[in-house]
Amino acid sequence: MNTICINCPMGCPLDITEEDGKVVVRGYTCKRGLEYGVSEYTAPVRTVTTLVRTSEGGVLPVKTSSPVPKGRMFDVLDRIRALVVPASADIGYVAEHDILGLGADIVVTGRGVPHDAK
Amino acid sequence: MKRFDVLVIGGGPAGMAAAIAASDRGASVLLVERDVRLGGILNQCIHAGFGLHYFGEELTGPEYADRFEKKLAEKNVTVMLGAMALSVGEDGETVVLSPDEGLVHLKAGAVVLAMGCRERTAGAIALAGTRPAGIYTAGMAQKMCNIEGYLVGRRIVILGSGDIGLIMARRMTLEGAHVERVIELMPYSGGLKRNIVQCLDDFGIPINYSHTVTRVVGKPRMAGLYYAPVDENRKPVLSEEKFVECDCLLLSVGLIPENDILTGSGVKLDRVTSGALVDENRMTTVPGVFSCGNVLHVHDLVDNVSHESEIAGAAAADYALGRMSGTEGKICSVGVGRGVRYALPQRVHGGEGSVEIFFRTDNVYKNCKVVAECGGRVLWSKKRMIVAPGEMEKITLDKKDIDGDVTVRLEI
Ligand SMILES: Cc1cc2nc3c(=O)[nH]c(=O)nc-3n(C[C@H](O)[C@H](O)[C@H](O)COP(=O)(O)OP(=O)(O)OC[C@H]3O[C@@H](n4cnc5c(N)ncnc54)[C@H](O)[C@@H]3O)c2cc1C
Ligand code: SF4
Repeated sequence: MNTICINCPMGCPLDITEEDGKVVVRGYTCKRGLEYGVSEYTAPVRTVTTLVRTSEGGVLPVKTSSPVPKGRMFDVLDRIRALVVPASADIGYVAEHDILGLGADIVVTGRGVPHDAK
Repeated sequence: MKRFDVLVIGGGPAGMAAAIAASDRGASVLLVERDVRLGGILNQCIHAGFGLHYFGEELTGPEYADRFEKKLAEKNVTVMLGAMALSVGEDGETVVLSPDEGLVHLKAGAVVLAMGCRERTAGAIALAGTRPAGIYTAGMAQKMCNIEGYLVGRRIVILGSGDIGLIMARRMTLEGAHVERVIELMPYSGGLKRNIVQCLDDFGIPINYSHTVTRVVGKPRMAGLYYAPVDENRKPVLSEEKFVECDCLLLSVGLIPENDILTGSGVKLDRVTSGALVDENRMTTVPGVFSCGNVLHVHDLVDNVSHESEIAGAAAADYALGRMSGTEGKICSVGVGRGVRYALPQRVHGGEGSVEIFFRTDNVYKNCKVVAECGGRVLWSKKRMIVAPGEMEKITLDKKDIDGDVTVRLEI
């Protein structure tokens, strides 16, 4: 697998392979690149941020409370699309616990625009 | 209307941090914000990536803003929403249009400018072709998506690969649109490596460096666009033009500090940053008028905005309460040499303590040395593996070493 290290502007090109059951990273300049390469190869994860529908037809921003496996991002999105939260939900409101059994909650991160202002 | 010690214009992260800092120094503060709520651009930046430096944890934009809003609510700060500052006069007198009070003339002890930036538009880059529906600035599309819940297109091309363009490529993809490609005029991206990987590579979105959009076609809705590589003078090579079918073009082609209300104020602007010329207290060329955040210079990290605005807010309070200190020393200019596009503050006072100088390079340089000197003496130098225009750099100087004009440059 080929990627670039994201930890500094150098952006070292990484070439990651598995040799004799061991993950081998080539192309890094410093230790951070090696560690990043191993984790991107073995278990890449991402925090997902998107929108959730409200009971009044608006949207509110949400995030996964911890990163989820990169390959499951679109499954998580599909599940979030089916959720509805109260329009009055405040920051920190949990829209779903332990989404798809991945260990992350779906948490509201912002408030709606005040109603009389719209 | 009641007289305030400090008037803050703009209620984004810059204005909120300045108001809190001014209040902490004992000043009474009025903050005017033209939007219906505080938070500025952060309200629409729902991705994570804010606050790692300031709070030591990764927050989304609205969460970062909320932390400051809660702090602000505990302070001696009056907030006027839906109120737009129209002009700042030579003596700092500010005209504000407020829904409750009409047109008001405010004269505070000090003014903090925190109006942020607006985006460059299709007109600003002289985009060729028709003017169909489907052309948006990236920030406008972000607001329509993240706050209003509208997706502005199905097949999207993005011009510009700064962080805003990259973030929007992922946003649109996650919401079900297909991002055809990102087109970048420069041979490199101005965005973070992390955003290249997590906003483009993760979704297989291609990027064309050293390319530009040559014309847009379609009427009334966009039908597609042509793009071409550029030569070393950044002129498109039309013989290599290619077509891509799309219904939407997002422009992420730069931000302009929103300083229009200063026209009659005497505040001098820097030709490179388009923001005010300031000293280390972020005081402009008009005594008692301060500037901070994106209206002073474009920041990539909101953490730096908060930090800078606390300096400006505290100094504005000290000025208004007549106890400004640290400005007795000789005033020296901070200029730039080879490889450096701008440095800020543009002037500093000699004397006690230390001063942080922020700067941006004019290109990507590997294995270079950053040097700050004063009258032929090197005050500071450090080897760097890489510097890039997209990442603001910082050096710290000892004020007592400064007895003449300072130059920041690279040895390449
Ligand atoms: C798409 C995008 C992605 C970003 N991603 C990140 C990121 O991942 N991490 C990060 O750290 N930073 C990020 N940033 C940068 C960060 O959001 C900005 O640096 C920061 O918000 C600037 O704060 P500000 O207060 O100076 O300006 P703004 O947030 O723009 O606030 C200015 C405020 O002033 C008000 N105003 C303007 N003129 C007037 C007037 N005349 N009268 C009254 N009010 C007025 C405006 O309504 C607005 O509320 C991103 C920015 C954008 C646009
Ligand atoms: S490997 Fe080290 S030098 Fe290379 S990009 Fe990663 S952090 Fe930077």
